[in-house]
Amino acid sequence: MKKSMKRGTVTRRGALRTLAAGAAAGLGGTLGAPMIWAQTIRDVTLMHVGPAYSIFPDIAAKASADLGFKVEMQNAWTDAIMARVLGQPDTIDIADLEFWALQRIWRAQKLQPIETAKIANWDKITPLFREGVNFDGSPMSRQGTLPFKVQYVAAMGDKTFAAGPTGLATMMPTIFNADTLGLRPDLVGRPLESWAELLSPDFRGKTALINVPQIGIMDAAMALEAKGEVTYADKGNMTRAEIDQTIAALIALKKQGHFRAFWSSFDESVNYMASGEVLIQSMWSPAVTAVRARGVNCEYKGLKEGYRGWGNGLALMRHLDGLRRDAAIEYLNWMLTGPYGAFVARQGYYSSVPETTQAALSPAEWDYWYGGKPAATEIKDPFGAVMEQPGRIRDGGSFEARVGNIRCWNTTMDEGEYLVKRWNEFVAS
Amino acid sequence: MSPLNMSSERLSQLQVAPLAILLTLFTGLPLLMVVVLSFWPFDGLEYAPGFTLTNYAEMFASATTWRTFAVTLRYAAITWAITLLIGFTVSYYLVFHVRRVKVQIALFLLCTIPFWTSGVIRTISWIPFLGREGLFNMALMKLGLTQGPLDMLLFSDFAVVLTYVNLFTLFMIVPVFNAMAKIDRNVIEAAHDAGATQWQILRDIVIPLSSTGIALGSIFVVTLVMGDFLVVRAMSGGQSSSVVSAMKNNIDQLYYPQAAASAVLLIAVVLAMVTAILRIVDVRAELSR
Repeated sequence: MKKSMKRGTVTRRGALRTLAAGAAAGLGGTLGAPMIWAQTIRDVTLMHVGPAYSIFPDIAAKASADLGFKVEMQNAWTDAIMARVLGQPDTIDIADLEFWALQRIWRAQKLQPIETAKIANWDKITPLFREGVNFDGSPMSRQGTLPFKVQYVAAMGDKTFAAGPTGLATMMPTIFNADTLGLRPDLVGRPLESWAELLSPDFRGKTALINVPQIGIMDAAMALEAKGEVTYADKGNMTRAEIDQTIAALIALKKQGHFRAFWSSFDESVNYMASGEVLIQSMWSPAVTAVRARGVNCEYKGLKEGYRGWGNGLALMRHLDGLRRDAAIEYLNWMLTGPYGAFVARQGYYSSVPETTQAALSPAEWDYWYGGKPAATEIKDPFGAVMEQPGRIRDGGSFEARVGNIRCWNTTMDEGEYLVKRWNEFVAS
Repeated sequence: MSPLNMSSERLSQLQVAPLAILLTLFTGLPLLMVVVLSFWPFDGLEYAPGFTLTNYAEMFASATTWRTFAVTLRYAAITWAITLLIGFTVSYYLVFHVRRVKVQIALFLLCTIPFWTSGVIRTISWIPFLGREGLFNMALMKLGLTQGPLDMLLFSDFAVVLTYVNLFTLFMIVPVFNAMAKIDRNVIEAAHDAGATQWQILRDIVIPLSSTGIALGSIFVVTLVMGDFLVVRAMSGGQSSSVVSAMKNNIDQLYYPQAAASAVLLIAVVLAMVTAILRIVDVRAELSR
């Protein structure tokens, strides 16, 4: 039983078929013409455009097979997706966006809300998204774009977000993670516990930041705050004075040669770390995995000031209506049933619906990725290659320990334009 | 009407037509769009048809603009000087010191070998070579020439210029070689017989008669450096901003009208540089020689 669960054959398929049938019956009821629907939906093709960490041919193929219509996927970075949503909305059906992107582009009204009642697993979505609360029920940090802040609208056509839950969601949350600094334990030579270490003179010339202004400045702010150099009312929405202070500190550090590089792509961050150019830097979880896969020790260290969180979701484009909208909602439902959650879990990301993900992962995988327990067996990546040996424990520990300690979120600031201008000055300085 | 009956003017118009149509459609119109877009108002998210000078005003008021232009022009000047020196020397050797045409052509082809791979690969492949744990640093340390790795080899201005020279020298060699090969040997013989020194021959005959090639090569190198974004990003490790990488930052942030304005400024600057070069050397007259 455990063996078959691992690759998710019999059990998962069966569950899916039941769910798909249920969804079809439900939709058939509202449309009143199930036969026509069943025939014409085969002609539907949906274009899902998302970032590399969310777009997988295997998932598109499996969704198409399970759903009976075609799902195509295209890979683009969040900025390019935003540009397409705004400038060429017809080339996308489902936009896979970060929540901060939503804060930026929702007002352009190229997207439409989703009735949460049509998402079967909506109530199983972690309360972090649905209610903005932590595991113990306390409010999550609101520094930056806490997904809950942009999760709901009060009515169709609203340009602003609702303060609390309504039946209309801006996006359906899919994946999220708690980000921290990546480091080379073999080269730093001492235990690191604080974000302040990013700016420690010990690592002069051996640090890097991500060259995305909104995220790079958050990592820098975490470090400056930890060092006690700058205090922020809200790191996620800095005032001009706070931006100026932060950039001034960064320019001074750059002049001292503190930074080895600024990375703009995933592979750059992997290469900087694997080649020893950089000992501590902004990093994403799969990049740490990629460095480890090269046999280089790299740690995604949980630090005492907590994590920088982010989340992705699927948004419906405004032009979807009728049958195509129904198909899109069905696809959204499918995305929460397990296979996708399990796929992204194996690259270190969390699913918005842990319950179905647990069912799609083997117990050993679940315990490793979510439980923070030592790996009972070899741990494999999404494509089946062995990435961790038995006994290894996930950096930062359990789901609760990592997500529960998110202290700020990837963000769109009110002073966003000013931030970008100053950041460009920093990079060009 | 058969082609033979056409006036020669008609005929040449027809010959030029395919290229003219392609250029108009795929270069002219997009450029026009960029120019138009640079005057459109922008609300931080979307742009709409209209007319505003804000994008230009902001660009000229920003110190970053001037800094990135200064950095890029500096890269262009250094790269131009080095590629010219190498390009001229290599061509001179090939034309005047290699007697047999077959050997000449073989050596010339050797120069093109790096171009069998893409520029991206040639750029990226410097990184493991120059890095802190790279081949070059390892060799220096093993030989006891340096104590620790030299950090300035990678993610520095040095790395950027080195890569430019590696990528663009051939664009200098080809036109200079071509111009030199056309120099009538009898002129040089005559100068010799008249008692001219090697230096006088170089200064008064070879350089003036190669000037077309030098001008064309300079245009290639300068425009390639001015328009580069990949090399400066990869080799400076994002530590340096060229005009185009600053433009890319704007595009990433969806600030299209701002990016369009800096594109227009860049085109203006590059056009001015090319015009200046063409003013100094009358390439057309030389080419029809």
